[in-house]
Amino acid sequence: MLTVSNLGVSVRGRALVRGVSFGLAPGELLAVCGPNGAGKSTLLKLISGERRPTTGEIVLFDRALTAWRPRELAQRRAVVPQTSPCDFPFCAWEVVMLGRTPHPSSARDRDIALDALDAVGASHLAERLLPQLSGGERQRVALARAFAQLHGVQGPGLLLLDEPTAALDLQHQESVLSLLRRRCDERGDAVLIILHDLNLAGAWADRALLMMEGQTLADAPPEEAFTPTLIHRAYGVTVRTLRHPDTGRALLVPARADTRTQTLTPPPKP
Amino acid sequence: MTSLTALSPPDRAQLFGLVALCVVLTLAVSLGAVSISPGQLLFAPLSRLGLTELSALTPAQEAVLWAIRLPRALLAVGVGGALGLAGALMQGLTRNPLADPGLLGVSSGAALGGAAATVLGGAWSQIGLPVAAIFGGLLVWAVVMAAARRDGAAPISTLLLCGVAVSALASSGTGLLLFIASDEQLRSLTFWTLGSLSGASWSRACLVLGALAVGLGLTARAARSLNALLLGEAEAAQLGVPVEALKLGLTVLVAVLVGLSVAFSGFIGFIGLVVPPLARLFVGADQRRVLPMSVVLGAGLLTVADLVARTCVAPAELPVGVLTALLGGPFFLYRLRAASPEV
Repeated sequence: MLTVSNLGVSVRGRALVRGVSFGLAPGELLAVCGPNGAGKSTLLKLISGERRPTTGEIVLFDRALTAWRPRELAQRRAVVPQTSPCDFPFCAWEVVMLGRTPHPSSARDRDIALDALDAVGASHLAERLLPQLSGGERQRVALARAFAQLHGVQGPGLLLLDEPTAALDLQHQESVLSLLRRRCDERGDAVLIILHDLNLAGAWADRALLMMEGQTLADAPPEEAFTPTLIHRAYGVTVRTLRHPDTGRALLVPARADTRTQTLTPPPKP
Repeated sequence: MTSLTALSPPDRAQLFGLVALCVVLTLAVSLGAVSISPGQLLFAPLSRLGLTELSALTPAQEAVLWAIRLPRALLAVGVGGALGLAGALMQGLTRNPLADPGLLGVSSGAALGGAAATVLGGAWSQIGLPVAAIFGGLLVWAVVMAAARRDGAAPISTLLLCGVAVSALASSGTGLLLFIASDEQLRSLTFWTLGSLSGASWSRACLVLGALAVGLGLTARAARSLNALLLGEAEAAQLGVPVEALKLGLTVLVAVLVGLSVAFSGFIGFIGLVVPPLARLFVGADQRRVLPMSVVLGAGLLTVADLVARTCVAPAELPVGVLTALLGGPFFLYRLRAASPEV
C-alpha cells in the first residue's frame, strides 16, 4: 500500500535523503530507526507530502502521491507529528474531533472522538485544555486524533508517526505500541513509525529500516537489521545482544566498562 | 421556549454578548447633547413612516437621530466588528495570539493607501479612498507574512519586528504625503493618525456592515478548515485542508476588513488584539464561536469607546483611537509578558 522508490531530497546541494526505496504492505508495522540527523523525519515529511522530493517516487494505495486529492488521501492516511505547537485553548476532545475534518461532518463525530480518546487511555483528559496538557498527554491526544481521522475508513488505512513515544512513560510506551500492533493485526492497517528505542522497535515491529546519513543501511526484520555490526556502523556504539527472558527476542545494550566501580574505588594513595 | 440554563456556557456567553451589544447601541444612540429617550427610540421608526404619533421626536431630535447618531453608531458597530474579526483571523493565520492589524502594520499600510488616494487621487479620491486603503493593507500584510515566516509558522518576535519595520516604512510614506498635501488635505489626513468616527455616513456604515456580513458568512462556511489551521499548516494539509487557497482567501478578507475600517474611521488600534483572546476566554478556541463572538465584542467595545470619546469632554470630542490605545496598550504589555516568561 506504500511503495517508495529511489527517494531523495537535497537542500542547497546537501542530500538529506538519498536513494531510499522500500515497500509497506497492509498489516505491516515498519520501524524507522537511526541516529539523529539520519533523515528519518525528512523521510516521513516526504511521504506525508509536507516536503517535495527532488528525485524518486512515492505511491500510496496504488496511486502516485502527487495524483491524490488532499482530502481523499486524508480519509485514509493519518500523520502524527513529533510535537504539536498549538497553544489555542481547545479541549482535548475538540482537537481529536479535528481529525474528522476530511470527512463529512456528522452528529456521531463527538462520540468517535471520545472513543478514540478512550482507546489511547486518555478519556479523563477529554475536557482539559490543550495548553494545560503535558508533552506525553499531548502525544496521546495527537494519536487519538489520527485514530479518529481513520475511523470508518474503507479498507486498511496508513498511519505515519514521528516518535510518538518520545515523551511517554514506560506504561504508555507499551500501550501505544500494542495499540498500533493491534490495528495492524486486526484491521490490516499499515504503520510507519519513527522510533529511537531499538528494543521497543525490536519487540513490536515486523521490519526495521535502519538509516544513516540519509541512506538505508538495512531494511529487514529487526533481528537482522539490529546486528552489533550494523548498529556500530550507524551509531558508532558497540552493543551487546541479550535474550529477553520471556520472548527470547534480541535485546541490545551498550557495551560498557564497569564505570561505577571505577569511580567508587578510591584513588591509590602515593 | 428554551430556558437559559438549557444552553451550554459558550452559547449563553454569545447570547449575553448580543444582548449587551443591543444595550450599548441603545445608549450610544440616545446619549449626547440632544438626548433621546429609549421609549422615543422604540417608536422612532414607526413615526418616521407616519404610522404613529406616539412619542414623536422634535425636529431637532429627528435630525440628530437619523443624520448623525444612527449612522455613527452603526459605523462603530461595523468598524469594531470588522477589526475584531480581522484580529481573530490574523491570529489564526499566524497561530499567534498577539497578531493585530495595528501592531503588524496592516492599518499603517491601509492609512498610506488612503492618504495616497486623498492627496494624489484628485476627483477620484472619494471612491479611490477605500480601494486604495484595501490595497495598502493587502500589500503590507503580504510583505509581513512573507518576511516573518519560517517553516510555516511565524514566531511572535519576528512577526512583531517585521510589523514594526513595515509600519515605519508605511508611516514614512504617509509622512511624505503629509508634506506635499494642501491645507485642506492635511486636515483630513490628521483624521487617520488619530482615528475617529466623526466622518460617519449611511453609505460608509452600510459598506462596512456589508463587508462584515459577507466576511462572517464566508468564514462560517470555512470554519472546520479554519479550526484545523490552528493546529498548524502541515497538520491542516494532512487533514485534507487546501491550505494555500485558504490562506490567500483569509489574507484578502483581512485586507478588505481593515482597509474599509481605516478608510472610514482612521487608525483605531488594539481592538483586534484585545477582543479575540477575550472571546476565547468565554467560548473556547473553536473558530465557529470565536469569530462571531469577536465581532460582537469588537462592535460593543468600539461603540462604548466612541460614546465615551464624544461625551466625556463635551462639547469637544476625544479621538476614539486615543481611548482604544489607552485600553489596549497595557493589555498588550500584559499579554507579551504572559506569552514570553523570560521577558
